[in-house]
Amino acid sequence: MAGINASAAPATVSPGLSIRGLRLEIRNGKSIKTILKGIDVEVPAGRITGLAGESGSGKTMTAMAVCGLLPDGSVTSGDAIFEGQNLLDLSPRRMNALRGRKISMIFQDPTASLHPMISIGGQLTDHMRHHMKYGKAEAHHRAVELLTMVEVPRPEEALRKFPHQFSGGQLQRIAIAIALACNPSVLLADEPTTALDVTVQAGVLRLLRRLCDDLGIAILLVTHDLGVMSALADTIAVMRNGEVVETGNRFQVITSPKHPYTKALIDALPTHEAIMVDDDDE
Amino acid sequence: MTNETPAGDGAEEILAVNDITVTYRRPGRSLLTAVDGVSLSLRRSEVLGLVGESGCGKSTTARAVCGLEPLTSGSVLFNGEPVSPLSMKRRPKHLLGIQMVFQNPYASLNPRRRIGSQIEDGLGLNRQRDAWNVNELLEKVGLHPSDRDKYPHQFSGGQRQRIAIARAIGTGPDLLIGDEPIASLDASLQQRVAALMRDLAIQAGSGLLFISHDLAIVRTIADRVAVMNRGIIEEEGPVDTVWRHPTSAYARRLLAAIPVADGLGKLPGLPTRRQN
Amino acid sequence: MSLEQGLTRPRFRLPATLRNPMAVVGASIILLWILVAAVISHIWPVDPLAQNFDRLLPPGAAHWFGTDQLGRDVLSRTLAGSQTSLPLSLLLVVCAMILGGSLGAIAGYFGKAIDETIMRIADLVFAFPTIILAMVIAAALGPSLTNAVIAMLIVSWPSYARVMRSLVIGARGSEYVIAGRLMGSGAFTSLWRDILPNVLAPLLVLATLDVGTAILLLSGLSFLGLGAVPPTPDWGAMVSDGVQQFSSWWIAVFPGLAILSVVLAFNFLGDAWRDSLDPRTADAVQGRAI
Repeated sequence: MAGINASAAPATVSPGLSIRGLRLEIRNGKSIKTILKGIDVEVPAGRITGLAGESGSGKTMTAMAVCGLLPDGSVTSGDAIFEGQNLLDLSPRRMNALRGRKISMIFQDPTASLHPMISIGGQLTDHMRHHMKYGKAEAHHRAVELLTMVEVPRPEEALRKFPHQFSGGQLQRIAIAIALACNPSVLLADEPTTALDVTVQAGVLRLLRRLCDDLGIAILLVTHDLGVMSALADTIAVMRNGEVVETGNRFQVITSPKHPYTKALIDALPTHEAIMVDDDDE
Repeated sequence: MTNETPAGDGAEEILAVNDITVTYRRPGRSLLTAVDGVSLSLRRSEVLGLVGESGCGKSTTARAVCGLEPLTSGSVLFNGEPVSPLSMKRRPKHLLGIQMVFQNPYASLNPRRRIGSQIEDGLGLNRQRDAWNVNELLEKVGLHPSDRDKYPHQFSGGQRQRIAIARAIGTGPDLLIGDEPIASLDASLQQRVAALMRDLAIQAGSGLLFISHDLAIVRTIADRVAVMNRGIIEEEGPVDTVWRHPTSAYARRLLAAIPVADGLGKLPGLPTRRQN
Repeated sequence: MSLEQGLTRPRFRLPATLRNPMAVVGASIILLWILVAAVISHIWPVDPLAQNFDRLLPPGAAHWFGTDQLGRDVLSRTLAGSQTSLPLSLLLVVCAMILGGSLGAIAGYFGKAIDETIMRIADLVFAFPTIILAMVIAAALGPSLTNAVIAMLIVSWPSYARVMRSLVIGARGSEYVIAGRLMGSGAFTSLWRDILPNVLAPLLVLATLDVGTAILLLSGLSFLGLGAVPPTPDWGAMVSDGVQQFSSWWIAVFPGLAILSVVLAFNFLGDAWRDSLDPRTADAVQGRAI
C-alpha cells in the first residue's frame, strides 16, 4: 500500500489532499448502511482528479465526507490528510473555519447554492469578510477581480444583481468565484456542469482547467459524465458501490480500462465509435 | 447500427407539422415566442430526433404536437386530421394513436396504482386486441411478469421509464413521442433505454419523435434529426449527414461542444466563444 | 415441508392501518368511547341529570370526578356527554369533508367559471367569523341539534374545499394525469382514478384534526342555547360551565380530557391511515404538506 502511494507521488508533502482508507457508515436506529468501503484517492495540487461512477456509487459522499457535510448518524474512519492534519478528526468548529476557505465546494445546481434574496456582491463580499477579515473596499475590489477571472461580463454591474437575473451558466461561474474567494488549496466540484447545456458546459470546463493550471488548485471533480471526465480530469478513479474499482491516468482508464465495470461504462457511451459496430453490452 | 434503414419511401406520413408558432404571454412582460414557424414530418417506422439546448422550444414543440399547448398559428395533422387541443372533454378516438413518454420517471406513473393495471389501461386502447399482453410487454422492456403487481415506487428511475414505454407501446400508437425520456436517467442507462424505445416503436410500426438535448444519443437511434435553437429549426436531415457535415453554424457549435470520451483531455467547444 | 406450510399458511392479518402502535392506541380509545356512548352511559347507575345538595364537591369517593354547580355528578355527565358530542362531531366532519372535498376537487380540476363560482362562495363564508355565522344560521333554522350540525356544515366545508382545490391543481398537471388523458380517460375518470387517491391523504389528516374543532364549535352553539338544549349533557357545554366556576377545576377538566382523548385518538388514527393509504411506505412528507 505504502509502496504504491510512494510511487504515485513524490516523497515531499504535497499541498493537495490525500484520502486513504476512507470508510463511511450511516447508522439509523439499529440499521447500519455502509456507504464507503475504504476509498483511496490522491488529489494533488495543480491537477484535476476525477471521481467517476453512477448514482449511488458513493462518489458524492466521498466529497461530502472530506468537507464534513454528512447526514446525521454518519460514522467515518480512515484518513483525509490536508496540510498534515486529518480532516476526519477535526472538530466541527475547526472544520467550519477550513471549509469555504482552504477547502471550497461547487455543486450541480448553482441556483440552490446561492441565496435568492441577497445580491451577488453581498454573497461574495460577506464570504470574504467573514473568512479573510477583509475591509469593505478591499472585499469589493477582490470581488470585481474574481468575477473578471471567471469571465462574468460587466463585473461591477453583476455585483449589484440578484441570482435570478443570471443564466445557469453565469450562476455556475459566480458560484466558482465564491468558491475561489479565499484562495482555496482544494476545490471539490460535484457534478459542476451536469445541469448546464453542452455549449455552456464547454465554457465552464475551460474555466476549471484554466483555474487549476493558473492557480495550482487541487480539484476533485465528481461526475458521472465520462465525456467531461475525459476532457478535464488528469487522473480518474472509478467508483462502484462505495469502492474504487480502478484508478489510473485519464488516457489509460478511458482507452484501455482494466476493470470490467469501467469497460461496461465506457461501452455504454453513445459517442464511442465502437458502439456503432458492436452493440451487445450486457 | 440502425441508421442505415430508412423508413421506405412508400411509408405513409403520419405526422405533418406545418409552420407552427407557440407564443406565451408573460404577465407584465413582452410576448415570448417559444416555437417560431416549425415544420416537421414523420412517417411510419421512422425515428425523428429533435435536439437542442434548454429553452430552445423542443419540448414545447412536442407538447404542441400532442395538443397540450395551444397553437398561435400553423397546424398539426395526425393521419391527415388536425390535432385538437386537449380539453376537459374525452380525447377524440383518432388522437388516441398519439402517446407520449415524459421526462420525469418519478412523475409519469400513478404512484397509487399497480403497474400492471396501468399498462392494462394502455392495452385497452389497442385496436388489435391481442397484439400484446401485460406479461409480454414487461418482458419486452426487461422486467419480470411478476412485477405487474408492484407499485411504481418499487422500481428505479430507469425501470419506471421502461414501464412508461411499455404502457405507451401497449396502446399500439401510430406516433410515439419521447419528451426527454432519458434526461433523468443514469448515463449508462440512457443509451439502452433510447435504443429500446426505438426498437419497440419500429416493431409496433409507429413513428417515433424523440426529443433530447443529447445529440450523441439521438445519433444512435434516429433516422433523421432536426436541430432546434431559439424556437426555429436550424438544420434538418439524415442523422449521419448532420453529424458529420453540419451546415448551420449552430449545429456546428453544438457538435463541437460535446465532450468526447477519448481520453485525450481535449477541452470541448470553440476556444474564444463565450455564452451569455 | 411442514415448516414451509407453517410459514406460508394464510394467517389473520390486521388491516394495514392498525399495524402501527399509535394507531392501536387511537383505535382503542375510540372503541372505548363508542362503548361508553352506546352501552355504559345508558347503564351507568348515577343519573347525569340528577341534582343534589352537594354542589361543587371536589373529586372524592362519592363522586369520583366531583360535582358541578348544580350538584350533578361530573363523571356520569362526562360519560353521557359522549352520546351527543361524538356522533355529531364525527357526522359533521365526514359530511364537511365529502362536501368540501368534492366541491374543491371540481373547482380545481375544471377551473374557470366553475372554480370562480365555488371559491367565491367559499370566500363569502370565510369572510365571517365562524362562530358568528354558525350562530346566525342556527338561529335562523331554529335551535336544535340537527340545525346546529347543518349550520356547522355550512361554515366548515370551505376549508376542505380550499385545501382540496390547491391539491388538485397541483396534481392536475402531473405527467401521469396527462398520460392518462392522452389514453382517453374522461375528466371524471381522471379525477377519480389518477388525482384523488394521490391527494386524499392531507385531507384526511385535516379531517382528523378537525374533530376537536367540531366538538368545540358544537359546544359553543350549545352554550349559546342553539345546540344541545341545557340539561342534555354535552362536553363542550360542560367545559363552558366549568370555565365560569374558576376555582372548581374538575368541572371543566374532565370533559376537557374527554375531548382531548378523542382528538388525540383521531390524530393517531389519521396519521396511520394516511401512511397505509400510501404505497410508498416510508413516505411521510406528503401528508405533512398542509
